[in-house]
Amino acid sequence: MNRTVPGVVVERETGGALGKALALPGQLFAWRKPRTREAVFAFICLSPWLTHFGILIAGAMFYSLYLSFCKSDLLTGTKWVGLGNYKQLFFEDPLFPQALKVTAIYSFGAVPLNTVLAMLIALMLNQDIKLRGAWRTLYYMPSIVSGVAVAIIWAWMFNPVYGLINAALMGLGMHNPPRWIFSEEWALPAFIIMSLWGTGSNMLLYLAGLQSIPTPLYDAAKVDGANTLRRFWHVTLPMLSPTVFFNLIMNVIGSFQIFTQSYIMTQGGPNNATLTMVLFLYRKAFQQFRHGYASAIAWALFGIIMGLTLLVLRSSALWVYYEGELAK
Amino acid sequence: MNVSSRITMESARRAQIDRWILLTGQIVGKTVLHLLVVAGAFFFMLPFAWMVSTSLKQGAYVFRMPPVWIPPRFIWSNYIIPWTMENFSIFYRNTAIICTCCVVGTMCSSTLVAYAFARLRFPGRGIVFLTVLASLMLPGQVTLIPTYVLFSRLHWVDTWFPLIVPTSLGSSFHIFLLRQYFMTISRELDDAAKIDGCSLLGIFFRIILPLSRPVLGVVGIFELMYWWNEFFTPLIYLNRPERMTISIGLRFFQDRDQGHLEWTMAMTVVSVIPMIIVFFVAQRRFIQGIVISGIKG
Repeated sequence: MNRTVPGVVVERETGGALGKALALPGQLFAWRKPRTREAVFAFICLSPWLTHFGILIAGAMFYSLYLSFCKSDLLTGTKWVGLGNYKQLFFEDPLFPQALKVTAIYSFGAVPLNTVLAMLIALMLNQDIKLRGAWRTLYYMPSIVSGVAVAIIWAWMFNPVYGLINAALMGLGMHNPPRWIFSEEWALPAFIIMSLWGTGSNMLLYLAGLQSIPTPLYDAAKVDGANTLRRFWHVTLPMLSPTVFFNLIMNVIGSFQIFTQSYIMTQGGPNNATLTMVLFLYRKAFQQFRHGYASAIAWALFGIIMGLTLLVLRSSALWVYYEGELAK
Repeated sequence: MNVSSRITMESARRAQIDRWILLTGQIVGKTVLHLLVVAGAFFFMLPFAWMVSTSLKQGAYVFRMPPVWIPPRFIWSNYIIPWTMENFSIFYRNTAIICTCCVVGTMCSSTLVAYAFARLRFPGRGIVFLTVLASLMLPGQVTLIPTYVLFSRLHWVDTWFPLIVPTSLGSSFHIFLLRQYFMTISRELDDAAKIDGCSLLGIFFRIILPLSRPVLGVVGIFELMYWWNEFFTPLIYLNRPERMTISIGLRFFQDRDQGHLEWTMAMTVVSVIPMIIVFFVAQRRFIQGIVISGIKG
């Protein structure tokens, strides 16, 4: 070691001295310094992302914010209207509260149910069972199917007359099974039920979370006389809470962007019972080409998602346990 | 027999009974657990089975109550007729091209960007990385309309550029995933390479990339599956059938509704199968990826 490394160091030092000697006005040759060269190289590497972010994210956000204060459609071009779009959105358009209601009901139904179901399945598949890997694969499989395929399959499952679900319900002796996606009150529950089919990706995260819980914790709890339920409550749940937290945030964000189901299965109907926020936005932007108004919808949606995310984030101090965190 | 030995015998018997109860309890518990697992899996597989069953039925059997699970004859032409009718091979080809371009594109850019974040020193690194994290959480709708306006001004509507270009400029999710992985590669390897006269680009190609094969696989699979399944972006940008991807092609087909549900189901099966194959082939990588992205996110 000692014989080779000094050589390098000396070489570097002479290089530095040479650089200093050559750097007449100092700054002119600054790029010759390794630090500067590294930074220049870094920005070359970063340039795709900086372009992406600058134009398609930051630039687009500013422009969409600007558009949201404009009347912008195919006829008028773009004209500043101040808060006009927001005023119309919040106080005049009856479809906005409807879309908000639909999306919120879906989210508050689907997210907790998905959380509970995914955790139960993960707990089950974390036990010592035969062919564990194969079962995990089966439970995960629906999650790799595209939204379009899921929507087509479930539209058929929920068919009120010939669908499998009502066939089963009638087989169980129900005479008037719900008309699911054709009825105002059952369309959203149908969406929530079918969201449970894709709970596999959440389940995988819970499984990973469960596997990272150190076994000595359980042994200690056993020695202290804790039964299964107490071990779950006092060991599993707190140790799993960061995973729950992560899933919750991602699921809330995702559920507020629900689109494909209502676009394909119900087109927002019946009587706007499944008009979700993104479908509402899609119609304004790409069927009526009211880009200004649609941008206002986008920012309202963004505000709501941000608000909910912050809410979950704030509440996390109360219920998320991070190991290594100091006790309060 | 004295009292004390009687007590010991009694307690020994009790212990024996306790052990029995425990053992039966365990066996019963195991059985119940297995039953639950099987029942759950049954319900999760039911929609798949129903789809495949419908896709093989003759029209008359599709609308029959109570449902017929296994039709007397499998109608394989349910797969052939709609395939040729709507030219699904074009949807397939388009999707394959788009997926390939997106995978290659994002691999080239995201790895370099992630390398800069993981290894290089430059002013403003924290802030620039924050832009990645922020984009990760950003709902796409706020950038949707200006992006659409921009791409339509560039006459990119009905081309594949709106799908391929953004992700080829680096996707925040992949950058984050790759950066997290690169951080775990020992820096001593870099230093050793530096001493041997390796340039920064050389370190990237000779050290970082070869050691990151698992995560590169994950990025490739995620990107592939994403664009195979993606619906919203192609829906907005692709209008002509000869440009469509499989997901909107399927929707296009279903929407016209020829009164043959079994055809729609057959084409749905066909659209799902490639991803199921990819999933089975790359299952371990795939699950690993979900776990890395989830836990460290």
